[in-house]
Amino acid sequence: MSANAGADDGETPNGGDSPEQPRWRSDLQTLVGLLVATYVGFGLLGLFTGVRPNSIAGFLQTVTFFAGVFALLTLAVNLHWGYTGLFNIGVAGFMGVGVYTMAVLTAAPTASPAGFGLPTFVGVIGGTIAAGLVGVVIALPALRVRADYFAIITLGFSEIVRLGVTSGALRQIELGGRVYGTGGGGGIGYQPVSSVVPWALELPGVSAVGDGLYAAAAFLGLSASIVDRVLYALVIIGFVLLFYLLLERIAHSPFGRVLKAIREDETAARSLGKNTRRAKLTVFALGAALMGLAGILWIGSRSLATPSSFVPVVTFYIFVALIIGGSGSNTGSVVGAFVFAAFLWEGPRFVRTILRRSLDLASPPTVVDAVGHLAALNPLPLFGYVVDSLDVLRWVAIGVLLVVLMVRRPEGLYGARTDIAAATDLSVRPTRGDDDE
Amino acid sequence: MTMSEPAADKTDEASPAATEATISTPGDDPILAVESLQKRFGGITAVDGATFTVDRGSITGLIGPNGAGKSTTFNCITGVNTPDGGRVVFDGTDITGRSTDWIATRGLVRTFQIARELPAMTVLENMLLAPTDQRGESLWRSVLPGARDAVVDQEEQLRERAWETLEFFEIDHLAEEKAGTLSGGQRKLLELARALLTDPDLLLLDEPMAGVNPSLETKLLDRIHTLQDDGYSFLLVEHDMDLIMEHCERVIVLHQGAVLDAGDPAAVKANEDVIEAYLGGEV
Repeated sequence: MSANAGADDGETPNGGDSPEQPRWRSDLQTLVGLLVATYVGFGLLGLFTGVRPNSIAGFLQTVTFFAGVFALLTLAVNLHWGYTGLFNIGVAGFMGVGVYTMAVLTAAPTASPAGFGLPTFVGVIGGTIAAGLVGVVIALPALRVRADYFAIITLGFSEIVRLGVTSGALRQIELGGRVYGTGGGGGIGYQPVSSVVPWALELPGVSAVGDGLYAAAAFLGLSASIVDRVLYALVIIGFVLLFYLLLERIAHSPFGRVLKAIREDETAARSLGKNTRRAKLTVFALGAALMGLAGILWIGSRSLATPSSFVPVVTFYIFVALIIGGSGSNTGSVVGAFVFAAFLWEGPRFVRTILRRSLDLASPPTVVDAVGHLAALNPLPLFGYVVDSLDVLRWVAIGVLLVVLMVRRPEGLYGARTDIAAATDLSVRPTRGDDDE
Repeated sequence: MTMSEPAADKTDEASPAATEATISTPGDDPILAVESLQKRFGGITAVDGATFTVDRGSITGLIGPNGAGKSTTFNCITGVNTPDGGRVVFDGTDITGRSTDWIATRGLVRTFQIARELPAMTVLENMLLAPTDQRGESLWRSVLPGARDAVVDQEEQLRERAWETLEFFEIDHLAEEKAGTLSGGQRKLLELARALLTDPDLLLLDEPMAGVNPSLETKLLDRIHTLQDDGYSFLLVEHDMDLIMEHCERVIVLHQGAVLDAGDPAAVKANEDVIEAYLGGEV
């Protein structure tokens, strides 16, 4: 008996050392290449226009942070929509459930509104579980209705969460002499989850490393807070990796195959004996929990959660990122989130700051004034107006991008790929004649 | 034939009467018994008291003019529609009103009039979806590292069966194609092949020959007879009278939601009422 199976009989040419490299490696190369090119591009742009290193680092950290949290949410939406075909447009609601649960669990008992003062990690786990449980509660009735009504229910749920935490009824709840509650429009304060970074750097064994990092940063002209923020962005990247691995694992499993079948033709899946209801319930709860966790890592890194963080447009951003990357592809979800964060979300702001400081642009108050100057062959006022309105114009850009994508490449960057939903390589054929022992 | 043999393990559970069953009309050992089935859609009664049986190991034909309620009967048997009245007993179990997936896991599996392949999935993915009781269909077993090995082991065995079944239907050359790119006839073959991987006892085929070219039709019928020899039972809806007469042991004629006649193909064909209902009395 040979211990190492697969290498004993030399009758079949072993494909283990094929020259063709595995896809995840080329994906990783693409992603790292994109990241480096973007960082170097923005970095050089900033340096040549005289932006301080601390501001450049701050901008790049912001891009990374948003790319990370968008990637977490896009991956979760991809599990629902890309894999299973569940059109969940209540992403913001599940984020809200996660964040508010975390806030109530971890806020200090003396604060107003009061919390239970539990450690941050309890809050993170509790918030994630709460979002998953709420997912089950929503899914039980919602999965009984047709797909389009399902979408409406999820959107309604998300608004119920937002309006619920705003409402006076939940603002203050007196319990055992303390006033708990959501704080209404004013929100609820708590210890931000990103505070684990300075806390970890204070730990006995790690403090030397921390001091070294702070010193190195100071040498480069970066503040200590930038170091903390960059490290927290790395924590987010770690979570992106975990989400990605989890979803890839699901995608390449019999469970993932059932999900894909539900997306393609649920009646066919049912007539083959698949309990599609249970599979949808499971995947909806899992995705909701991931959305809750992503919300905690994003909004929870501020020290205050307010209802305005969970408006429906947040869900829309995530879908834009998914459409750019390609629905159904986990790699596409991550790339789409990065492109959205770097070039549509944060990039325009950075460019505007640079243009404002390096050019002395007049900014006419209205577009009519700006265009009026064109008659005098002076395009600068129009340019100034555009730069000034860049914050708003990027939404126009997103709209244009969506239209172009839908017409030219509806499958997004990676959506056209074939991903075989199986735990094994299905193309391996049983070899005849080997069956006799 | 290397197909699985469902008859072998099923006869153990069957009543002693099963061994004495004769293949006459109707047999004493029905695998499926439909009693006074009723289904209304608004004011229309699509199925109105249909009562019939399907013998174990037989190929039984279900015929009737358009609107006779054949498809609705199929849908009521397989749980796609919930019947308003009557009973459906499969292999001794009352399955009336049960869900489609529950019924399918117990060995009653159907195909559709218009093949329902999963277009964006490959032929092999379609095939591997079918087997019931896959360990990896639980999220935790698919994801947790320790449990994953058993999932992989099972899938390797199922993969082997999938390839064998594709070879049996001679569509193994299409194994890695997307199912949506197959021709209409190939899709019908795939659907039947896929249904077989669920280890059914009775297959309900809704117009399996519709849109299939003559040479493929011969192949498909040939496979169905081979499978019958292996112990599978079939109930098929078909429009082609000659085909039904030639290949079915028993024929059930549905007219206006009720059974008009049932029995030997030759006898049914000679029945004046059947000719009247089915052919409008012109032959």
